[in-house]
Amino acid sequence: MTGQEVAFLILAVIGGLAGVLVVTARNVVHAALYLVIALSSVAGVYLLLAAPFVAFVQVIIYVGAIVVLILFGIMLTRAPVGRRVLDNSPRARAGAFVVGAGVFAMLTVFLAGAFGEARIANRAATTTVALGESIFRNYVLPFEAVSLLLLAALIGAIVLARRD
Amino acid sequence: MPLLYPLVFAAFLFSAGVYGVLARRNAVMVLMSIELMLNAVNVNLVAFNAYLQDQLVSGQVFALFVIAVAAAEVGIGLAIVLLIFRNRETVNIDEVDLLRW
Repeated sequence: MTGQEVAFLILAVIGGLAGVLVVTARNVVHAALYLVIALSSVAGVYLLLAAPFVAFVQVIIYVGAIVVLILFGIMLTRAPVGRRVLDNSPRARAGAFVVGAGVFAMLTVFLAGAFGEARIANRAATTTVALGESIFRNYVLPFEAVSLLLLAALIGAIVLARRD
Repeated sequence: MPLLYPLVFAAFLFSAGVYGVLARRNAVMVLMSIELMLNAVNVNLVAFNAYLQDQLVSGQVFALFVIAVAAAEVGIGLAIVLLIFRNRETVNIDEVDLLRW
């Protein structure tokens, strides 16, 4: 087992545990902080997969912006603490667990069948230059569409949340 | 590194997100679970980009697009949640049943 695989397994265990804690924590603020750990370990996984630019975008946008936005949402909605007010009934939770475990089992079996032997060859990390050239040569139209979407979301969020 | 490692990690994060969306009744927690699922999809995109050695780095480009769309989604989502809280003093999604008859 190479050092890369060991590092990946450590990151995956931390990220997986944090992901489970996000959806089971009794305290909303704790859940948001576990989300920080899960998202950071995903950024580490991007680094191991030779995608440094995506990793840093992940840290800046997810950990830096989205989690802060969610913390503001928690603060402004005075989210209560405790299992009973945050979660559905135990019966609904059991159903949700069955669905989640089923999705995981199904995906794992199918992926192992389809890509059981496949290996990712090591190579140099994708440079930001290569990524930028691909975006502005081959994916200009989706890029512009995303920028319009962000503008629309910005205006929509202001219109919705404004008090008048 | 076997391709299966990141795929199984992504599948686990996605399943945790599915559980969270179904089990939580606080709207902010549901949004957090959705973020987990979007991240799982991004891990898949980047992993297959590395596996296929894509010349156009399409996987990473689309991962960036997904991140941008997720930012828009969480902004609008929280604005809606705030509006609901202001009008109804609750963010529990099972108590917001205006459209149900």
